[in-house]
Amino acid sequence: MRIELVKRKERSQLMLLLSPLIAIALTALAAGLIFSISGHNPLIALYKFFIEPLTQQWSLEATIDKATPLVLIGCGLAVCYLSNNWNIGAEGQFVVGAVFGSALPVLFPEFETAATLPLMLLFGAIGGALWALIPAVLKARFNTNEILTSLMLVYVASLILDYLVRGPWRDPGGYNFPESRIFSDSATLPEVFGGLMSLSTPITLVIAVILALVLAKTLKGFEIRVMGESPRAGSFSGFSARGLTLFSFVLAGALAGLAGTMEVSGGLNQLLPVISPGYGFTAIIVAFLGRLNPFGIIVAGFVLALSYIGGEAVQSAMGVSNKIASVIQGLLLFFVLACDTLILYRFRLTRRWSAARETTHV
Amino acid sequence: MFEAVLLTVITAATPLLIAATGELVSERSGVLNLGVEGMMIMGAVVGFAVANQTGSGALGVIAAIAAGMAMSALFGFLVLVLVTNQVATGLALTILGIGFSGLIGEAYIGVPGLKLPELFIPVLSDLPFVGPVLFRQDAIVYLSFALVAVVAYGLFRTRLGLVLRAVGDNHGSAHALGYSVIRVRFAAVLFGGACSGLAGAYLSLAYTPQWVENMTAGRGWIALALVVFSSWLPLRVVVGAYLFGAVSVLNLHAQAVEIDIPSQLLSSLPYLATILVLVLISANRRLTLVNTPACLGKPFVPDR
Repeated sequence: MRIELVKRKERSQLMLLLSPLIAIALTALAAGLIFSISGHNPLIALYKFFIEPLTQQWSLEATIDKATPLVLIGCGLAVCYLSNNWNIGAEGQFVVGAVFGSALPVLFPEFETAATLPLMLLFGAIGGALWALIPAVLKARFNTNEILTSLMLVYVASLILDYLVRGPWRDPGGYNFPESRIFSDSATLPEVFGGLMSLSTPITLVIAVILALVLAKTLKGFEIRVMGESPRAGSFSGFSARGLTLFSFVLAGALAGLAGTMEVSGGLNQLLPVISPGYGFTAIIVAFLGRLNPFGIIVAGFVLALSYIGGEAVQSAMGVSNKIASVIQGLLLFFVLACDTLILYRFRLTRRWSAARETTHV
Repeated sequence: MFEAVLLTVITAATPLLIAATGELVSERSGVLNLGVEGMMIMGAVVGFAVANQTGSGALGVIAAIAAGMAMSALFGFLVLVLVTNQVATGLALTILGIGFSGLIGEAYIGVPGLKLPELFIPVLSDLPFVGPVLFRQDAIVYLSFALVAVVAYGLFRTRLGLVLRAVGDNHGSAHALGYSVIRVRFAAVLFGGACSGLAGAYLSLAYTPQWVENMTAGRGWIALALVVFSSWLPLRVVVGAYLFGAVSVLNLHAQAVEIDIPSQLLSSLPYLATILVLVLISANRRLTLVNTPACLGKPFVPDR
């Protein structure tokens, strides 16, 4: 008896929807196992991790807060991955975006006008786009592996940020702490809906919806999907793989950079040596869990954000290390990828001898 | 002075050399495993933990190898049996490895570690100048050279190596000839995992005998770049690893001679050098096309 993969005639629409749910269920199962191995009641731990944060307003707000950058970065990454451009350096694009966006309030603190915030967001997007342009140009021009270059630039970006906040951008009145000056009010992203969420959340949702429309209804969206699935067919219809590499990286970089600026201007209010708990990497999981579809990504971003909050919750309530959050995130991506097999293949139980007999008949 | 510099270059190059050699074997069989960083960090934390618990460095090293192999088995199952996307699955392995290592290692932060002993090779270690540098190293350094020699010989001088390369260059033909593509690839992936685990153990048991979160600091990714740099030839991996070892210790020695450069700039040199090297290699199309395994990263589903 053996299990065999049989290719489906077409993608299973049912599995397309079910596979992320199966993956989440399997992740919860695995997480329960880890909790019980480390000597905790798995049911209570799972409740504290996945359910309880949804029942209280403050933790719900915190989850939305964390989900926002994940969704924004994930949307950009989805365009990259759909078109077969493996940008895994969103973390670096996030950081450089934050640096560009902070240039105004850090270097010109007196510049307090209504234009301050829009300019910051613009600079942030430009910064992220420029940083993403490096691996894109190298790929388009020299065919350099974009996976490795974009990842290497993450390390460079965080070293640049480290240099700035410890060196030239350090707060002159900050007792030598490695942090920039606090942003003025006009450089701070306001809260909306009576303090329920930062302005970054509605901005992100609008961008996600626009992107969903572009992907589903426009020629550009068609180009992105065709070039991802069959670059050869795409090039016959006149689409340029190089052009799309540049486009997808710039878009992803701009969104990551925007997310970076909104993070420092909304939440942190200053630059610190580390400004991201790995949003750029977690967003990769978000993009895949969300089926590379902006609406899916909104849901997936919320799920992954929950894992950050849940990690904090089990740490404070049960003394489980919050490192469990990144384990669960990693497991989730594994299960998502494994379950996606079900979209293209189905399993069949076969007996070895019958398979052998079939071949002899042929 | 020069001896001291050379010594640090060797210790910085060894983990890169080991991990890149393992990945080279995996890629030669046609499997791109981007999870080197994750397997390496698991090797580092498991090696440290076991050595700490048992007091035996050797057991730590063995456990690290086993951890790397376990991680790669997970990857192999997904990529080879479930035919998942190799790039995405490799990324998942790295994310998972970094997460798990953080969880396991939390108890060991700040715990003094165990350093593998140096083995003095009789006679040779007494040679003037080269003796102390080359022949007073720990076992893993010697092992790294043996590893490269075995892989170089095995890949190009043995039947097994021929089969492995055939599977990586044309899995359809290899399958038609009756070789089990999946089995050969699984073995190659496991070998890569073992090497990454060993490289991780070297970091936490010899390079800096302690556990620090994220202590691999991108070395797994640099090892991946080294495979490209070597254009899939084991002996060139040695050159690349030592070149990168030299770049990555610049920081250390620049501080000693008090050059006034931001330390962050020096720290970023290995990453910038990686990008530069990748560009130079990939710009030379002939070099990359000749040796790149033709089926690298391509999924294989045997039809019956």
